[in-house]
Amino acid sequence: MKLPAFEYACPATLEEAVALLASRDEARVLAGGQSLVPMMAFRVASPSLLVDLRKLSDLRRITIDNSGVRLGAMVRWRDIEDDARLVSAHPLLEAAVSHVAHYQIRNRGTVGGSIAHADPAAEMPGIAVTCDAEIAVVGAAGSRVIRADDFFIAPLVTALATEEVVTEIRLPAWPPQRRWGFREFSRRRGDFAMAAAAVFYDVDDTGRAYNAHIGAIGVGDRPVRLTAAEAEVTGKVVDVAVSERAGAAASEAVNPHDDIHASGAYRKSLIGTMVERALQSAAGVRVI
Amino acid sequence: MAVSFEVNGKQVTVEVEPRMTLVDCLRYQLRLTGTHVGCEHGVCGACTILVDGEAVRACLMLAVQAEGCKVVTIEGLSNDEALTPLQASFRRHHAVQCGFCTPGMITTAHALLSEEPDCDADRVREVLSGNVCRCTGYISIVEAVLDARSAYRKP
Amino acid sequence: MRNSFVGSPVERREDLRFVRGRGQYVDDLCPRGLLHAVILRSSVAHGRIRSIDTSAALKLEGVYAVITARDMPGSPPRIAMRLQPLPEFTPFEQSVIAATKVRYVGEPIAVVLAASVAIGEDALERVVVDIEPLRAVSDCETSAKGDRLLFEEHGTNCAMTFTAACGDADAAFKAASHVRHERFRTGRHYGLTMEPRGVMAEWDAATSRLTVSGAAKVPFFNRRILAKQIGLPETAIAMVENDVGGGFGARGEFYPEDFLIPFAARHVGRPVKWIEDRRENLMAMNHARQAEVDVEIACTRDGTILALRGHAHVDMGAYMRTNGAVAARNIAQFMSGPYRIPNIKIQSSLWMTNKAPVGTYRGPGRFETDFFRERLFDMVAKDLDIDRVEFRRRNLVPASAMPYPMPTITPFESRDELDSGDYCLSLNRCLEEFGWADKAKLQGQLIDGRYHGLAVGCFIEGGAAGPKETARLEINSDRSVAVFIGSSAVGQGVETVFAQIAADALEIPMDRISGVYHGSTGYVSDGYGAYHSRSVVMGGSALLDATRNLHDLIRATASKRFGCAPSEINISEDRIAGPGGVSATFADFAGLTAEGFFLNKKHTYTYGTHAAHVTVDAKIGQVEVIDYMTVVDCGRIINPMTVRGQVIGSLVQGLGGALLEELLYDDQGQLLTGSLADYLLPTASDFPKLGAIVTDMFPSPINPLGAKGAGEGGIISAGGIVANAVANALTAFAVEPRELPLTPQRIWEMVEAGRPALTKASAQP
Repeated sequence: MKLPAFEYACPATLEEAVALLASRDEARVLAGGQSLVPMMAFRVASPSLLVDLRKLSDLRRITIDNSGVRLGAMVRWRDIEDDARLVSAHPLLEAAVSHVAHYQIRNRGTVGGSIAHADPAAEMPGIAVTCDAEIAVVGAAGSRVIRADDFFIAPLVTALATEEVVTEIRLPAWPPQRRWGFREFSRRRGDFAMAAAAVFYDVDDTGRAYNAHIGAIGVGDRPVRLTAAEAEVTGKVVDVAVSERAGAAASEAVNPHDDIHASGAYRKSLIGTMVERALQSAAGVRVI
Repeated sequence: MAVSFEVNGKQVTVEVEPRMTLVDCLRYQLRLTGTHVGCEHGVCGACTILVDGEAVRACLMLAVQAEGCKVVTIEGLSNDEALTPLQASFRRHHAVQCGFCTPGMITTAHALLSEEPDCDADRVREVLSGNVCRCTGYISIVEAVLDARSAYRKP
Repeated sequence: MRNSFVGSPVERREDLRFVRGRGQYVDDLCPRGLLHAVILRSSVAHGRIRSIDTSAALKLEGVYAVITARDMPGSPPRIAMRLQPLPEFTPFEQSVIAATKVRYVGEPIAVVLAASVAIGEDALERVVVDIEPLRAVSDCETSAKGDRLLFEEHGTNCAMTFTAACGDADAAFKAASHVRHERFRTGRHYGLTMEPRGVMAEWDAATSRLTVSGAAKVPFFNRRILAKQIGLPETAIAMVENDVGGGFGARGEFYPEDFLIPFAARHVGRPVKWIEDRRENLMAMNHARQAEVDVEIACTRDGTILALRGHAHVDMGAYMRTNGAVAARNIAQFMSGPYRIPNIKIQSSLWMTNKAPVGTYRGPGRFETDFFRERLFDMVAKDLDIDRVEFRRRNLVPASAMPYPMPTITPFESRDELDSGDYCLSLNRCLEEFGWADKAKLQGQLIDGRYHGLAVGCFIEGGAAGPKETARLEINSDRSVAVFIGSSAVGQGVETVFAQIAADALEIPMDRISGVYHGSTGYVSDGYGAYHSRSVVMGGSALLDATRNLHDLIRATASKRFGCAPSEINISEDRIAGPGGVSATFADFAGLTAEGFFLNKKHTYTYGTHAAHVTVDAKIGQVEVIDYMTVVDCGRIINPMTVRGQVIGSLVQGLGGALLEELLYDDQGQLLTGSLADYLLPTASDFPKLGAIVTDMFPSPINPLGAKGAGEGGIISAGGIVANAVANALTAFAVEPRELPLTPQRIWEMVEAGRPALTKASAQP
């Protein structure tokens, strides 16, 4: 499982990085390497050139202000864990990231890498879609911002042009009274989700939910918001009954494929249960 | 290409192809065979080393990415005269059988205890869940790591 | 000096190097001039090889040679079976390299020799192999149909059917008042070792000697096989056993690479090393465990078992491996386990399929058959409305019945019997330690969203396979004694355990045992290795004999020096004394060496009981093992720490097989679980609470140590226990697991199927 041969470059600036990516067919970005290197070990990826972003320290910043949370593409899972501000600034992000992989991987893996890799069972793309994130990228034509919903196209396929580099993931500001929940089921701790639900909603003066966002991870080609489930929550006081109806709507809305870890039917049921439990967690009415 | 970095306190410069992983560089070029290769796809943890004080999977790092870094392997966490408290604890608790996962386990445990000397059993299990052992069933390894905490706590 | 190292929790000597990363495994060896071998493996499960074109690969810089069957004189040699070598198996033996046909994805087709592994892998992509695909046999059912044959000239895919029999099962079933008939399956998994396989061979043309490193488990047997295949006398081959990263039955048997690499080294005249990568390991290290059974049990109304009858079908993969018949035979022979069942007729058929060949994995056949049996027991106990614990207690072989004969296996096997023990005592101890009485009320309860279940089960594990083992002692000039042993190390602590035995027997301090040198063919005249939990019994007993022989030799030598009779010599910790005050130290006898042997034809039976408490999240099928206790009696405990380590380690492997591990193939024979992201191994967070108590109440009568093998018991019960506990937890849904592994999906499906029953039941007043 030795890697196929490739050229390697370690540019000092983002412009250089983009130019290098544009210079070759099959050039790829190397961030943490935690997803790319295993693919190369199995020779299912054979880039001609790896462009290492390790020198781009500007991409390592976590910025928290009134506009929200901005994660530089090279921010590692560990950096998110270590940043105490995020516990209140974005508790849903914090909760989701705690499920990512394992200790050693968290010291190298990056948010930008996860977003660009676009595994439908990964937590970060799911959080990006659920939270209406924007993904800032830089390419040969300059910089642009892509809505998360438009960014993920298919498993391992994104809207990035071949020479574009993700520079930042921007999450909207998080009001302190927001209710949220994150429930994931994986075979073992740290494994990819068999299915996961990321939910949040705001509550009006009468205790009813609005602005409901329910995101499903691992049950399709890309993470999606489950609008039918959101409709079950909107305008209601979230209780067990509401959570069960939303869960049922979530199951109804998805059509996952069979794979060696789970059948489509099982995943369909699983996402319903995850949505149900995430909502119960958000509402503070935990049943399990 | 030439890569320069520090390994176990010593500066080295090696000539590598970009595709050479850091674990292969350590094992074959620097003859530091204490770090083991168990899967080459980032799952088993046998290749765990410290890079700038953090535990990483050496099979997922390219040697060229180690430029300017401080690398510590199991050899750098050992000495001839005596076992370190962590090593002695592994021995005392029979946390070693075939020995193949052991360097990775010890390196990971050392990283954890260095940062979190008061970690509890759940945290130890969580962190070690990225290191596969096929022989011990983990119970004795967790016991060994917990028993070594006192050596890492500040007096 | 009276020692008691035996029985003490002595810290392991081998740890001193392992915790420092100073172990020496085969991949740590890098002699000068080394070439790296990379194996081209079939990507087609079943096909006829039309051509192999190596020309493009040879043009790649750094590629030294590409070896195929063409490079071997005549046809490539085949690998003979080591255990149960019946003539019926010969047609199904594996050739060391594919010549005309490939029969599994992963079968070796060519060996590339290159300056580096990376270049070798680049070269693999350039070798052009044209294979005419044939329809694949992907399971036992297809194999049995017989319209797709792996070995056309043989006419069948069935390699053998074993029968285990005692009494008259058919008559017993006719007369029985209660019969339960079921079908069960166990999924394919294997003894994955953390260190993948590796072989390094060095050919010394000047002396015509071959040195092979990376040997494990059965180096002497393997030397015998290799010598025949490669046309060298055994004395010209040295097998060197280095540190070994786990065995579990899978590593160390003779594989194709064990011929290919030595052949390559002699072919090119340079050292050659092959190190398996994990991708290869998943598709080419011996697979195990996949079996299905059609089985029935006959009882009286009061729960006395009368008979067991059934037919198991074992998925053997593409070839009969050196020990491929063992598990299938064990399924039949050991289905009754520690229970008294007077009438038995179990058949076990071996079916060839286009998958990786099958060998042994810890507790071979026993994990499978205990799952089948213990499930059946819980079902029948429920039928008869008898407490599951009582049912077992009533039917365990009583201590008074020892030695108790096992069913006879045909063809081949000599009769076997359970040697010693009080199975009920162990059952009672386990229930007490586990707290069964307190926990019993939890059975089937829904608490905080999770269903609680318990299970208990009993097992036997066979050990001490004969026929022989050899040990040698040698006195060093510094007064220490070196131990050489034919047993092999696979991580079980032989360097410590044998030092304990030797120190006690020699009556010297342990630090005067300079080392324990194991496995390699240069150490003793005739070694037999490590398998079937034999090392302590066979190696340990041989060591006792070697001690006697060394003492005799010291006396004989001293008597000549002192001019007295050997009986007048007194040997103590460091003095060899004769009459009239004359004495010498061990240093004066440096160089003296004596061998010892132990011959054995009988097996030992370590035994015990497992009990478990699980909870199930029925909505998603997730199982948590809340508490698990196993009580094991192994006859004589040499090192309580290491034996407990074996039990716990073995148990976690069993839980992996029960809940997580499965090798999956599609119907074209393609391996779907090709990485550790798909083949799920237990990790530190999966089974945090496990208890093991090892007792030594009933020594074995068949060896001077009184020991029984103890490496495999932990794994044997795990499947049946977990499945029974889940069934117990999900009683409300009438869930009856019949298949392992119990994945979340499988549990969820059974719960969903059982929901209508639950709704009906809860709707009743």
